[in-house]
Amino acid sequence: MTQQPYSKPLPTPQPESDFYWEKTKEHELWLRSCNDCNQAYFYPRDICPICFSRDTTWVQASGKGTLHTFAIVHRAPTPAFRDDAPFVVAIVDLEEGPRMPTNLVEVEPDPSAIHVGMPVEVVFEDVTEEITLPKFKPAG
Amino acid sequence: MADLSRTAAIVGVAESDEIGTVPNKSSLQHHMEAAANALDDAGLSKSDVDGLFTAGYSTYMTGDYLGIKPRFTDSTTVGGSSFIIHIAHAVAAINAGWCEVALITHGQAGRSSRAPVPQDPIMPTLQYEIPYGFIGQPINYAMAATRYMHQYGEERTRQALAEIAVSTRKWALMNPKAAMKDPMTFDDYHNSRWIAWPFHLFDCCLVTDAGAAVVVTSAERARSTKKPPVWVLGAAESHDHLGISTMPDLTSTVSRHTGPAALSMAGLTHGDIDLAMIYDSFTYTVLITLEGLGFCGPGEGPDFVAGQRTAPGGDFPMNTSGGGLSYTHPGMYGIFLIIEAVRQLRGECGERQVPDCGISLVNGTGGALSSTGTVALARD
Repeated sequence: MTQQPYSKPLPTPQPESDFYWEKTKEHELWLRSCNDCNQAYFYPRDICPICFSRDTTWVQASGKGTLHTFAIVHRAPTPAFRDDAPFVVAIVDLEEGPRMPTNLVEVEPDPSAIHVGMPVEVVFEDVTEEITLPKFKPAG
Repeated sequence: MADLSRTAAIVGVAESDEIGTVPNKSSLQHHMEAAANALDDAGLSKSDVDGLFTAGYSTYMTGDYLGIKPRFTDSTTVGGSSFIIHIAHAVAAINAGWCEVALITHGQAGRSSRAPVPQDPIMPTLQYEIPYGFIGQPINYAMAATRYMHQYGEERTRQALAEIAVSTRKWALMNPKAAMKDPMTFDDYHNSRWIAWPFHLFDCCLVTDAGAAVVVTSAERARSTKKPPVWVLGAAESHDHLGISTMPDLTSTVSRHTGPAALSMAGLTHGDIDLAMIYDSFTYTVLITLEGLGFCGPGEGPDFVAGQRTAPGGDFPMNTSGGGLSYTHPGMYGIFLIIEAVRQLRGECGERQVPDCGISLVNGTGGALSSTGTVALARD
């Protein structure tokens, strides 16, 4: 049985994000965090965007958060997303503080089933051999 | 800061020859037509131009195409607000002596282009947003609108978005150049299909082919041009994020900084404004920009626009061209705000002319609600 090739856009990991994408492949979510102001931030980079310190490190996230906002996409933005519509794009407030973009999955794509502030947790989708995308589902 | 208020003026504005659906013209053709038309409007020629400005493309390309070798060049690209920001840069450059006649051009075959816009894979959004389908501004802005609805109430927000869509269409019906020719009722708005919930089709701007150009010159030079000068009283610019997921507050654009800064430079208060030209990539953009500019407080936008107050005959005329929602929007719309403001201030708008229009506040938004530029303009 042959699988359909993955046709949606894929990230191209960069030097400052190789570690992030390696860890998602292991089904772990890691964030950059500042040793000076003790705040985690997203997306990963070698300088704290809050206090501009270069004394930064990687920390593992709990994968728990709440829904900051969402939209339900009815008109697919490109042909590759056509079979997915309607689907849910979302921004999640992680327990550690940062906000991250994602999809909300394992939920009806209907405004009556989704609300801002709902608890969510990370799931990992191995979309290709090289790339695993962290997504979120309603917390159980 | 040096007081640059009223030191430079807009003396020429124009669209390209045809706007809307123009399948037989390239983006550069739209630049060219608009540039020639705007210089003609000003009574100036190509040889007068010594400052060249554009966004999206580099002035490398437009300078080469038009045969202009500028002394001052600026390709600042921060989305659809760029051309508003170019006005500020032109004022600064003219005052510094870097140029005397600044030509700002825009052209985009947004609807009919034969080639997609290339994207640089180094952009963080390509790693962290695009793989999830954060593609195209309707999706990004829809997420921002959801957050606003959560904070300030879904029903009253929805009604505000409808008010903006319907009033803007009324203005478009009085603009012969507007793409949309049919009246829109509130039912039409509410019954239009979902693009990305909470956005209906009629929350979203058009996608058109169009070009536009603006000529800015020194106070001295402006005294001898063909049309009466429209003075730049105040200007300000900023941006605070790239992708929608790093926007500090999804219910507030940096118009909260550029609006007060431009008004302060101009020495104006909100009550002085006769015409508001507000970037309407989406109905939601207008709602939060009115709040950001300080016409009302955060969350008060729905009350501010209620009762078709911004429509023809209302006491707060806004987006009298029909806006990006119903007039034209090739991808980057900001320069068209300037064109309408200048025409209104010159009294050239016929049926839709705002009576005694002396001062206009213009605000452009760019990217994923990322940048804003504000200018205050006035006739003599």
